[in-house]
Amino acid sequence: MHKHTLSEMSRGLRSKAFSSEELTRHFLTRIERHDPQLNGYITVTGELALERAREADRQLRAGTAGALCGIPLAQKDIFCTKGVKTSCGSHMLDNFIAPYDATTVERFNRAGMVLLGKTNMDEFAMGSSNETSYYGAVKNPWDLAAVPGGSSGGSASVVAARLAPAATGTDTGGSIRQPAALCGVTGIKPTYGRVSRYGMIAFASSLDQGGVMTATAEDAAMLLAVMAGFDARDSTSVDHPVADYTAGLGNSLQGLKIGLPKEYMEAGLDADTAKAVEAALDEYRRLGAEVIEISLPHTHLAVPVYYVVAPAECSSNLSRYDGVRFGYRCEQPKDLLDMYMRSRGEGFGAEVKRRIMVGTYVLSAGYYDAYYLRAQKLRRLIKEDFVQAFQKVDVIMTPTAPTAAFNLGEKVDDPVTMYLSDVYTIPVNLAGLPGMSIPVGFAGSRPVGLQIIGDYFAEERLLNVAHQYQQVTDWHRRIPEQFA
Amino acid sequence: MLDKTQVERIAHLARLAVDEQDIPGYMRDLSNILALVEQMNTVDSAGVVPMAHPLEGKQRLRKDQVTEVDEREILQTVAPRVEAGLYLVPKVIE
Repeated sequence: MHKHTLSEMSRGLRSKAFSSEELTRHFLTRIERHDPQLNGYITVTGELALERAREADRQLRAGTAGALCGIPLAQKDIFCTKGVKTSCGSHMLDNFIAPYDATTVERFNRAGMVLLGKTNMDEFAMGSSNETSYYGAVKNPWDLAAVPGGSSGGSASVVAARLAPAATGTDTGGSIRQPAALCGVTGIKPTYGRVSRYGMIAFASSLDQGGVMTATAEDAAMLLAVMAGFDARDSTSVDHPVADYTAGLGNSLQGLKIGLPKEYMEAGLDADTAKAVEAALDEYRRLGAEVIEISLPHTHLAVPVYYVVAPAECSSNLSRYDGVRFGYRCEQPKDLLDMYMRSRGEGFGAEVKRRIMVGTYVLSAGYYDAYYLRAQKLRRLIKEDFVQAFQKVDVIMTPTAPTAAFNLGEKVDDPVTMYLSDVYTIPVNLAGLPGMSIPVGFAGSRPVGLQIIGDYFAEERLLNVAHQYQQVTDWHRRIPEQFA
Repeated sequence: MLDKTQVERIAHLARLAVDEQDIPGYMRDLSNILALVEQMNTVDSAGVVPMAHPLEGKQRLRKDQVTEVDEREILQTVAPRVEAGLYLVPKVIE
């Protein structure tokens, strides 16, 4: 049952091939058996899942069930789930039971989806390997010695191992796309403002965006249809009509213009990754597309700009964690200052503290112009590169990551080396564009992902482009043997 | 290269207690990150308008009417120390 896509599950539930309770129990059993090896879940909501499954079965029998009703889903532990622990992968929120549901959670609950649990993640979404979590590292199901990527490493890992048929994620500098690539699953980060951030614990407010990880683009389309839309409770939510994401999946790619940025195919790109990406482009040519070389000349500025903007915004967003109203409070504080310093010093992990400090520095008096203001100017230049490119091409394709998954422990000692693994994904967040990653092959035994970047609000096009490739290839159906 | 005093000052501004023994590590890591960031200076950005929001969004405003309900009780269920609806902290005023 775990090999089914969401659309197959939907048909199965409707035709009574199985019930939601059976489907849910199947996944809960798999989680119990396999998750200890992966550490993909922080919290498994077994009782709640069965309750929701039974409710879904009632609706299915009554004929009032929507397409996704009764299908299990995992939520990244960054989304507030009412009555359920929401830790954001941090000691700071280890004791936090969310008093409300995030909009994303509400929407999936209303659609009748069954919450399996909250997935592991890099602490406060800061990381590219899921090694900074308070709850321990997550393993890549394709190779247990490898990282799954981050920060949505738990979501990617559980979908790849089919311990959930789909999972939500968030992406600030690549945190959906990069783990999707490293774990061989499909991931989508929509246009900035497409999905509500209400109840999605904030890291960098001008970059964060919620999305999903699934086995297929068709499944992603079904889920995005539920997630996307204006929300008055998110002041950065965009009031733009939501396209019918499943309607355009079958469109032919004849005449599609694909831009290949030369800056992304230069030195630093692993040879096996390049080969898999080139093979995918050949497949697209066979589907009728034309591949055109383009230039995004300010690409090299993206990582430096990001490591000013994101830490700056995170230092502001994480200032709410002060031991007063929620979260960790240190023992026996001497005075208020001591309470702030030690609650935060003890509650946050090293990477989070590093980024808060970088952010504090670049925003401090005397440095704001040289760093933050300058970064915002360069951010405009990076965005303009894309705007120019989309006048010539329909979509842009790149490798998602410069290499396949690296080994656990390999990059933890040098933050800058870790940061460079997001070189291809970061520009997309800076520009606010939608991006996907789909599996297109392997480098040795570790998956390789292709990134597809679209123009603003072109999620329908991205999903169509991904779906057509998945009709003529089968990378997306592969499951690591040990979890098959 | 950031020195010890700078790191201590930043940590204080950020209200982060840092162990004495961890300071050299932070000096090194923060300096390396700032070196990465220095690459911004390889480009001339004179005359470029800073971009705060990818879609040039403007803050949405709403009517000045009370729409929120009092949820103090449920919101305080997650507080470390609460009494009579108040959040308790160590004494501030001498």
